[in-house]
Amino acid sequence: MARAAAPQGGTAEGLSLPCVLPSKRAVRGWGDQLFRLLLRSAASALLAIVTAMVVVMVRAATPAIKAFGWRFLITSTWDPVTEHFGALPLIYGTIVSSALALLLAVPLGIGAAVFLAELAPLWIRPPVVFLIELLAAVPSVIYGLWGIFSLVPWLRQYVQPALGATLGFLPLFQGPPYGVGMLTAGIILAVMIVPFIIAMSREVLLAVPNTQREAALALGATRWEATRIAVLRYGRSGLIGAVLLGLGRALGETMAVTMVIGNRPEISASLFAPGYTMASMIANEFTEATSDLYLSALVEVGLLLFVVTVAVNGLARLLVWSVGGAVHEVRE
Amino acid sequence: MRMTVTLRGVVGLLLGAFLAMGILPGIASAQTLINGAGATFPYPIYSKWFDEYTKVDPSVRFNYQSIGSGGGIRQITERTVDFGASDGPMTDEQLQKASAPLFHIPTVLGAVVVTYNLPGAPRLRFTPDLLADIFLGKITKWNDPRLVAANPSAKLPDQSIVVVHRSDGSGTTYIFVDYLSKVNKEWEQKVGRGTSVNWPVGLGGKGNEGVSGQVKNLPGAIGYVELAYAITNRLPASEIRNLAGKFVEPSIRTTTAAAAGAAKNMPSDFRVSLTNPPGDDAYPIASFTWLLVYKEQSDLTKGSAMVTFLQWAIHHGQRYTADLLYAPLPAQVVTQIEAKIKQITYQGKPLLAAR
Amino acid sequence: MRGQRRRVVNVMMNWLTALSAAVVVLPLILILVFLVYQGASAVNLDFFMNLPKPVGEPGGGMANAIVGSVILVGLAACLGLPIGILGGVYLAESRDRCLPWVIRFLADVMNGVPSIVIGIFAYTIIVLPMRRFSAVAGAFALAVIMIPIVLRTSEEMVRLVPASLHEAALALGIPQWKVVLRVVLPTARAGIITGVMVAVARIAGETAPLLFTAFGNRFWQLGLNQPIAALPLQIFAYAIAPYDDWHRQAWAGALVLIALIFLTSLTARIATKGRFGGVR
Repeated sequence: MARAAAPQGGTAEGLSLPCVLPSKRAVRGWGDQLFRLLLRSAASALLAIVTAMVVVMVRAATPAIKAFGWRFLITSTWDPVTEHFGALPLIYGTIVSSALALLLAVPLGIGAAVFLAELAPLWIRPPVVFLIELLAAVPSVIYGLWGIFSLVPWLRQYVQPALGATLGFLPLFQGPPYGVGMLTAGIILAVMIVPFIIAMSREVLLAVPNTQREAALALGATRWEATRIAVLRYGRSGLIGAVLLGLGRALGETMAVTMVIGNRPEISASLFAPGYTMASMIANEFTEATSDLYLSALVEVGLLLFVVTVAVNGLARLLVWSVGGAVHEVRE
Repeated sequence: MRMTVTLRGVVGLLLGAFLAMGILPGIASAQTLINGAGATFPYPIYSKWFDEYTKVDPSVRFNYQSIGSGGGIRQITERTVDFGASDGPMTDEQLQKASAPLFHIPTVLGAVVVTYNLPGAPRLRFTPDLLADIFLGKITKWNDPRLVAANPSAKLPDQSIVVVHRSDGSGTTYIFVDYLSKVNKEWEQKVGRGTSVNWPVGLGGKGNEGVSGQVKNLPGAIGYVELAYAITNRLPASEIRNLAGKFVEPSIRTTTAAAAGAAKNMPSDFRVSLTNPPGDDAYPIASFTWLLVYKEQSDLTKGSAMVTFLQWAIHHGQRYTADLLYAPLPAQVVTQIEAKIKQITYQGKPLLAAR
Repeated sequence: MRGQRRRVVNVMMNWLTALSAAVVVLPLILILVFLVYQGASAVNLDFFMNLPKPVGEPGGGMANAIVGSVILVGLAACLGLPIGILGGVYLAESRDRCLPWVIRFLADVMNGVPSIVIGIFAYTIIVLPMRRFSAVAGAFALAVIMIPIVLRTSEEMVRLVPASLHEAALALGIPQWKVVLRVVLPTARAGIITGVMVAVARIAGETAPLLFTAFGNRFWQLGLNQPIAALPLQIFAYAIAPYDDWHRQAWAGALVLIALIFLTSLTARIATKGRFGGVR
């Protein structure tokens, strides 16, 4: 076969025509095999890392698992002196702070996402979307810094006394206004996950095929009705997925929560009371666990956190994927 | 495409430069870095010492992270640091877990003060039982009759008491609960001693820094911190009634008085509790703080640097204690410590005598 | 009239959702403004040039923390980028049956794992055997966080390369591996770099996994197997301390950190401006 003696810098950028004899086994050459091996090992490296992580953590948590069994999940004492560890207050704290965060962030977040994806005038969209995506990149520790110096004093001086005065008959709002506590943690988590929920929900909504909207509009619906009937209903599972992703993020949030939650492993009915989450306890006590059982208990808490976030995220991805194929998000 | 190529080139160059900064110093540098971790209690004076010592011996750097005594004990046991620091002496169990004999080297004396945030910052007095009951959660308001009775001249407001304790493993906690256990049976049974205890009430702060921060910002708060932290943050320090029945305020003088008795009967491993001592002037919640070093050092350069520093600290370093409100080591104790330092070895041979 | 009511509802919902957007965006902007204000009044030359000073002495800075963060991120990139990019190429190009799906799933799962759990992993697998805290351990933790992000974005970007380009090169007899290296990757380069920068912006702000891996250092780092200072770590330590001077420095550090992160994100955006138009 004639060989094309083409000059360099040919058809595509960076393409250099190699001097090669077209071989029937061009795809199976040693270069290709090596390359394929390289790629496969790079991908498998991730598999190795995840496996190693699970194995290592289970091994490190085994002494605690053996010592406490299922009771670990339902006992509420965390006593390093007598070495009795129960994760219930941590689980409670994690759930309550995340639930509070979702309560605040979801209506606002989805509302804002609907606005940005469907209803807003076109000139508003790019700058606001840009802003939201930048805000999603702000690190946790900086939110925590703001929390300590702005949010906590504000809550302590104005909001908590006001809530206590008006809604104090509810056990939710009883107790002295510390400033730090479950409510603060919930608020700061809400602030942190809202940009994320907006970004993800917006993508889900954008992935809804235009034909749906057009069909609704053709039938005489107003903009809002088209959105409600065609887009929201169609994208419902995806939106739930976005919310779950936000939840997954809130569950694992460490630094900002550590700085404002009051660090007390206790269950209390009041939102004003200090609490603890799984992630923040690990952050505070990991380097200081003086006994092996103590450290093992902390690793078990980490394992628990890992399992819960994997479950939540797994479910979320399935739901998000179900709308318009694989909608990936680039930003975390 | 050219733009991204150049961008990448620049980024790559910068990356390479900074990586070089990371690797080269390790190879080329003659500096020794000695890592330590532990108590926040002595952090103000340790950070001063380590800073001053770089002038004494520029070839050595001491990197100390104040993560709490619990952390110091853990990390030195794991040998992830070169020395630990704690104000709660290690228990026999903990010492056994360490792979080799560990020395407790006392460095300074400090006082744990009970500090609070009240309008007008009145000088308050507490009896041991009052303290225990506050931290047990039995006394919940500042204008509780018992508190008012002990402080007739102070205007105590009708405000909730917010207890602040340590959330991390802490020697300061150890000193405080050791004292409470000695003076109050209920505390001893319900809560006990340790660097981390199951606090009946209160918020958690991380480190002495965290607790001072919380107390400073929270009206009605009460917490326990090392004296230096209270003073530098302009927080009041209360008077506590000691064993002799006198109300003493924490100061260098009363802290030194607290150690007077123990200095005469110092155990050879220096693990002694100074809380609730006899003596009219003695402050009841004082303690030594210790540096934890292995008897057998694993690295000649680091080991030598360590023992030289220790010698410096127990002699020259004591000059910095007054400014930072720590009490210097009693003279008899210093002689004993010197003998102990001479027992630190490398490959069996004492490091200090060899110099 | 029914039509009237529907119109009213329409307008109302428009305003309600606009209000949610405002309620969300405004406080966030205020936070940023507050941060810039506090940080700007705190940043001075000392901050960029000096090492931390003992308590109570003025003039301390975070020079070593800034450099430390850069080193950690650089090292993490060295560890994580090869795996991430090559893995992404694998996912996009491979015709294997099972492994790509598993890897994709794992990457998505890992994206959601709290960084503190990854810190525990790094502590057990690197700090304990090495018997010391080190920059390597910190970089490892950051790399593990980085890999899934880079993996997925690289896959996306490689997929976006027009099949015609790929096929044309193959048709000319070029072996598969050369096609990927010389045709596909250069075309996807800008997008991959964007993904990398997003990952870099993310790990630059991570604090939790560094708490028990990099550990912190009050001096200039002396090698990668020693503890190292990092900007987010230092900010955290200073924020929870009671000293006003340290608070001031924490704000300055926060401003520097957020500026670096924003700069990285912005550069990523500019690099892909107009190139892949409506990707997002």
